[in-house]
Amino acid sequence: MTPSELHYPDDATAPPRDHARSPAIELIGVDKRFGTVHANRDIHLVVEKGTVHGIVGENGAGKSTLMSILYGFYHADHGRILIDGQEVTISSSHEAIRHGIGMVHQQFMLVDNFTVLENIILGAEGDRLVAKAERRARALLVRLARDYDLKVHPDAVVSTLSVGEQQRVEILKALFRGAETLILDEPTAVLTPAEADHLFRILAQLRDEGKTVLLITHKLREIMAITDTVSVMRQGEMVATWPTRAVTVEMIAEAMVGRRVLLRVDKGPSDPGRTLLAAEHLTVKDGRGVTVVDDVSFTVRAGEIVGIAGVAGNGQSELIEVLAGIIQPTAGHITLAGEDITGLDPADLRDRGLAHLPEDRQRVGLVLPFGGCENIILGYQDDPKYARGLFLDWKAIAATAKSVFASYDVRPGNAFLRAALFSGGNQQKIVCAREIERDPSVLLVGQPTRGVDIGAIEFIHKRLIALRDRGKAILLVSAELDEIRSLSDRILVMCGGRIVGECAPETPESEIGLMMAGLGDTAGERSERRNQGATP
Amino acid sequence: MSLARRELPPFVDYVVLPAVNVITAFAAAGLVVLAIGENPIEVVKIMIVGALGNAENIGYTLYYTTNFIFTGLSVAVAYHAGLFNIGPEGQSTVAGIGVALVCLAFDGAPWWLVLPFAVAASVIFGAGWALIPAWLQARRGSHIVITTIMFNFLAATLIVYLLVNVMGKAGSMATETRMLTDATRLPFFATLLKPFGIDLGQSPVNPSFLIAIVASVAVWLLVWHTRLGYEIRTVGTNSQAAVYAGIDPARIIIIAMLISGGLSGLLAVNEVMAVQGRLLIDVAQGAGFVGIAVALMGRSHPLGIALAAFLFGILYQGGAELGFDIPKITRDMIVVIQALVILFAGALGNMYRPMLERIFARRPAARAHEAEA
Repeated sequence: MTPSELHYPDDATAPPRDHARSPAIELIGVDKRFGTVHANRDIHLVVEKGTVHGIVGENGAGKSTLMSILYGFYHADHGRILIDGQEVTISSSHEAIRHGIGMVHQQFMLVDNFTVLENIILGAEGDRLVAKAERRARALLVRLARDYDLKVHPDAVVSTLSVGEQQRVEILKALFRGAETLILDEPTAVLTPAEADHLFRILAQLRDEGKTVLLITHKLREIMAITDTVSVMRQGEMVATWPTRAVTVEMIAEAMVGRRVLLRVDKGPSDPGRTLLAAEHLTVKDGRGVTVVDDVSFTVRAGEIVGIAGVAGNGQSELIEVLAGIIQPTAGHITLAGEDITGLDPADLRDRGLAHLPEDRQRVGLVLPFGGCENIILGYQDDPKYARGLFLDWKAIAATAKSVFASYDVRPGNAFLRAALFSGGNQQKIVCAREIERDPSVLLVGQPTRGVDIGAIEFIHKRLIALRDRGKAILLVSAELDEIRSLSDRILVMCGGRIVGECAPETPESEIGLMMAGLGDTAGERSERRNQGATP
Repeated sequence: MSLARRELPPFVDYVVLPAVNVITAFAAAGLVVLAIGENPIEVVKIMIVGALGNAENIGYTLYYTTNFIFTGLSVAVAYHAGLFNIGPEGQSTVAGIGVALVCLAFDGAPWWLVLPFAVAASVIFGAGWALIPAWLQARRGSHIVITTIMFNFLAATLIVYLLVNVMGKAGSMATETRMLTDATRLPFFATLLKPFGIDLGQSPVNPSFLIAIVASVAVWLLVWHTRLGYEIRTVGTNSQAAVYAGIDPARIIIIAMLISGGLSGLLAVNEVMAVQGRLLIDVAQGAGFVGIAVALMGRSHPLGIALAAFLFGILYQGGAELGFDIPKITRDMIVVIQALVILFAGALGNMYRPMLERIFARRPAARAHEAEA
């Protein structure tokens, strides 16, 4: 369906305009190409002062490019940028800051072993001596803490802060530099639901103070919760801008994808059989001796999907890695269909039918400079099917690659193309194809749809459900609580390396959120103390 | 977000880029020649005639090429495993000891009988010298660049000690072993082909050149057509993915370095068993370091390495002729010219990449994008 075929409410094609003031930011005909990739096509965008403006779109829709143009990382090929009605050119982030634009990046740009205060004044000392800037920053911190609930201890070292607090430091940094407009790029990806709510309260207060907030996200729930206006991008184009109250989640999703999508996962009830994967008192210490997985026991049965919910960095990644044989446990046992597999390496585990869809497909699941064929045998290079005497049988490998590329609808369907040239969604399809097509009895899945577009998400979810329905066991880790809840048959909640609770997928999000934050029982507090003790 | 990564078409990557590098190097070298008051065109003419002008000169060029192919392949195999082996010089030196031991032990036996043992000894000694740095890298994380450089010095000291105290010619102060008998010494092509009416003059090119060609094909098969090669490339490109795939990077590092050291070792067959007919103090004569430039320029592909080795062969042989013909151009000048080629073709090999990407990268990216859409 082309954009023009979408039916937008007539009265809502333009945001409400307050003629008394010129908009905070106005983009006129902004256009940017990278080679032949048209990242931004003739973008027109009006961001009104004192509003929270959401920008949604699939990965690769051009949101980040657009924001990078606004923040001076890229220069637009055509088009004009108006700030407060004045035309400006922004050729560096310094100029963006000078024009009152602040950005909170997805990956925080903080110096870990500096204090909050030092981080805030970094690059904005404005004097040969830092003492003056520090005084100024300290006064500001006190005021902001009072006005916006932006509480962080000025003398705390950043590495000791929680992710949510670090994000507050980023916001404070921008405000210290006099930002009138704040751009936040996927700010809630690393936050617990409670922290996200706190962030939204802060954003709402900033808006009420007259600041402007540009929120980039792909979580539609957040758009509905906090924004005043929502703009939708698709394939480099701005396809719609609506007042949020006038639209529904379904309308936004449809505009993002260009067709109707199923937001709910369609699956029948599970029919769990015998236990296929079991962990008993599994404990993992990392290189520094910090316990990252702490006495974890659970089972996954045939024909069920067990989801592990938790804020990123609470031991889920290490749990998957230890189960996949990539790291070794310091204590405890793992059994696969009743057999002890503790300490076996990934190759042995694959032979026994345990497959692993790693959470970082680009660094772990694929070798990006390798072609599709070479990636299709990654981990299965020992399979006699792919060998001809001493040599690899590239003809057989190419045939396999072609057939799984076709059945997983990988685009472009060229199995000789380097993995780096595929989009995130198609890269993930390649990894899925490799791991699921082997029909493993147990599949470990990490972040199956991170950075994957909605169409591919739907596809990958269906494949996972189909695998479950064939009587296989799936252990799923995802940072997306929605994904965990819609796919899983049972949910385990991890916090501080421990499993702090188990619940049904129907459990309200707020309740799971409490457990994720370690507030469900005392386990969380214990882990918090330990974590603090571990950081110098 | 997901920007299409810039990719050069293979033709540009493997042909245009090295060609542009070499042209730049020659232009810079030409300026140096101009600066000392000689005509660069004349110099190029002498070099080319000196390297390729007649069968004898070509024979000399191919003799140098042989050494450079061995060391170039050696660096390339390690490079595919993500390792920078700076140690071919030392590995071939130690291999020289092995070849000398075998040849002296069997001295008097016909060369075709000794050759397999000499080859085996060169590979084993060369690989052995690479084993300790490899083990230190794989199991202890000591950087292979540092350890292989140190092992070059160790090899240089070791061979001095052996030639002075153990293996040296009896009753001589010279740091060399006695000559092999003609029967055991690997004959030159010049001798072998004379009955067929082919005159290669005094040129020292010998059957080890064929060994170099076989080694190139073997490396090509190994790297791209065997499971081991696949594992080596996986470890070298993305060691996290290798661990995920059940490949032990430490094991692969050791194996790759053993192969690399063995390839460097083969140089000793050419030098000790054939060209010199005895063990001298300087086995590799810098060919170990030229191998690094050859591998870089050849993009770690055996075909590229063979071509780059041939180019450096021309430079070495042509350079030697230049020294005879133009007295103003001394041995040092030739080193400068060779160094410029190494600088532009090796060290600055990617200098023109961004420019070429701007010119050529569009089309393949477009193809991928269109196919996706």
